[in-house]
Amino acid sequence: MSNAVAAPPAHAPESGAARTGRTSLSMNQAINAALHDALAADPRAVVLGEDVGVLGGVFRVTDGLQAEFGADRVFDTPLAESGILGMSVGLAMAGYHPIPEVQFDGFVYPAINQLVTQIARMNFRTRGALPMPITLRMPSFGGIQSPELHSESLEWLFAHVAGLKVVSPSSPHQAYHLLRHAASRPDPVVYMEPKSRYWQKGEVDFDEPGNLEGVDVAREGRHLTLVAWGAMVTRCLQAAEAAAEDGLDVEVLDLRWLSPIDADGLAASIAKTRRAVVVHEAPKTAGLGAEVAQLITERCFGTLKAPVERVTGFDVPFPSGSLENEYIPNIDRILYGIQRVLEYRRG
Amino acid sequence: MTSLAFERTPLADAELVRLYSQMTQVRHLDTSAIAWQRQGIVPGYAPMRGQEAAQVGAVAALDMSRDFLFPTYREMGAALAAGVDMGEYMATHKATWNGGMYDARATRVTPIQTVIGGSALHAVGWGHGQRLDALAADADAPLDLPVALVFLGDGATSQGDVHEAMNFAGVFETPTVFFVQNNGWAISVPTERQVSGGSVAARGAGYGIAAVRVDGNDIEEVVQATRAAVAHARSGAGPVVVEAMTYRRGPHSTSDDPGRYRSLEEERNDGGPDPLDVARERLLSRGAFSTADVADVQSAAEALEERVRADVQAQGPRPGAEMFEYVYQEMPVSLREQAAAWREESDHV
Ligand SMILES: Cc1ncc(C[n+]2csc(CCOP(=O)(O)OP(=O)(O)O)c2C)c(N)n1
Repeated sequence: MSNAVAAPPAHAPESGAARTGRTSLSMNQAINAALHDALAADPRAVVLGEDVGVLGGVFRVTDGLQAEFGADRVFDTPLAESGILGMSVGLAMAGYHPIPEVQFDGFVYPAINQLVTQIARMNFRTRGALPMPITLRMPSFGGIQSPELHSESLEWLFAHVAGLKVVSPSSPHQAYHLLRHAASRPDPVVYMEPKSRYWQKGEVDFDEPGNLEGVDVAREGRHLTLVAWGAMVTRCLQAAEAAAEDGLDVEVLDLRWLSPIDADGLAASIAKTRRAVVVHEAPKTAGLGAEVAQLITERCFGTLKAPVERVTGFDVPFPSGSLENEYIPNIDRILYGIQRVLEYRRG
Repeated sequence: MTSLAFERTPLADAELVRLYSQMTQVRHLDTSAIAWQRQGIVPGYAPMRGQEAAQVGAVAALDMSRDFLFPTYREMGAALAAGVDMGEYMATHKATWNGGMYDARATRVTPIQTVIGGSALHAVGWGHGQRLDALAADADAPLDLPVALVFLGDGATSQGDVHEAMNFAGVFETPTVFFVQNNGWAISVPTERQVSGGSVAARGAGYGIAAVRVDGNDIEEVVQATRAAVAHARSGAGPVVVEAMTYRRGPHSTSDDPGRYRSLEEERNDGGPDPLDVARERLLSRGAFSTADVADVQSAAEALEERVRADVQAQGPRPGAEMFEYVYQEMPVSLREQAAAWREESDHV
């Protein structure tokens, strides 16, 4: 395949993954397994980024990959985010399937240019001749008391860019399968890893990926739907448990795909419960919560019992670790949100 | 490092004739495109008068059956020399489709790039891919790599991405030729207010990559230097910076007013010899060309221009549905719904 320009979309590489059955993994192990299997299944897949090689990534997500697949398939780049994404564009043009890593969410800002003006638009600009099968992985969101710009919540930014798809897993099972899925598709996907959940263990079923498109009902309930993604799914499950003590039966909907949003799946849940609270870590104004609320309004207006509520970060820069718990929606704030919806009376 | 060595031997007569006719064709098309803008046939255009030798000469050094070209918005001459259909090329300026209507994969020419410096890293990534392919095929064979040539302006070298690209290219030893047309200006800002360090070529040293500065008005010099650069990159010796000294003779674009930042007299004095005159005089003085040949080349250029103008004029707007079709390889349901709503609401059933 030497001298290849972008191969026409020949995708969904044969799954060479020999993994079967179920096993308990932490999320970073699940992502590592997914990268391993993606590299094994697809000889055109390459992993690149800062410290992804010998070190195995600062969160060890790429641990062992270079040793197994060699420094041509898994390689360290110089320290330049625009370089990593811009180089990925050229690799995609040469028929490769790059899986670049940006080391922390806040350091994608220097690369936004390549992401928005190049990766997102190349298929459009070339009328489909140069697709961009690039999966950008990025530790995302807060919750680990990290220094400034290591805890951003940028889904609002990526989701607004036409040409990108955005997904965030909330469990090891999803982390494995959504990454395999994203990496086998012909369009660019931003894959947002909830870094506070890297060490969360869970069962991964390699035989039954389940539906990989659209929403996932993380907990069934009748009275109200909490809509969340990434790290906030676990927190909403905890809030639902707390609410259950008061006799409330709360559904937790894991949005998963932040672009495109599965509006039908979203509406199906709200049609059942008729009440919704959206929970996210990003600032409130112009956040994805507003989009979700509007989609619900468009599809469920007649049956809603109350306006959709939002429990979000505030319109401030993500604060340092000591204030993180004030900023990120906690269980109490989520319960208050639930209460506001339940107590709503038409004026 | 290291200034790239190249031979200043003359090109064969037949080749110089071929290149001179390409230069004449682009000169004629370029001049016409400005007129088309005045006549309302195209909304805008970025002239390249004076850069014919640099562009045609750079492409002449490539093997378009395996190399790949990464142009900006001012590379009509390069596109023509690379065999791109000029009507499909002009589609960008006609506002038919951003990036042009030519097939980037088939022509091996990336779409017209609007973002200054945007393509430099792509050329590095593509080149790295060629290197990986070659090593995977036979790690012991001497390298004979396809080469990526990326066009940049002197202004583009101020961009962080271009620094990152040169650094990446040096680190990964990619087969990349950074072909910088230093035309003296980045819109209204002259090179001396744009490029610190005296020259773009001087930067190569900082990245440990070979560099060379050539007279961009002399097509023979451009071809020979770029051939040396391509050979260097092909052999796996790493990237090269070629800085071709040209002059942007007209305005930056058809909406620019150069009178605000330079005088006509400066334009006359600073431009240097016209690259077409240089090539033609050389052909005539070698006896490789007669005045009748000059006239033939000119009428061929006029015929091409007529054909392209007809093509451009015939280009209507693309069907609106295409706006939705090309965003993704796999269109999301939400976009499909928007396309359906558009069809219904705008009577495009
Ligand atoms: C990132 C970016 N910033 C600004 C512009 C607006 N712009 C278009 S051309 C240009 C000057 C470019 O100068 P140079 O790179 O020397 O190329 P030239 O036009 O002289 O060929 C500018 C500022 C742009 N297209 N992209």
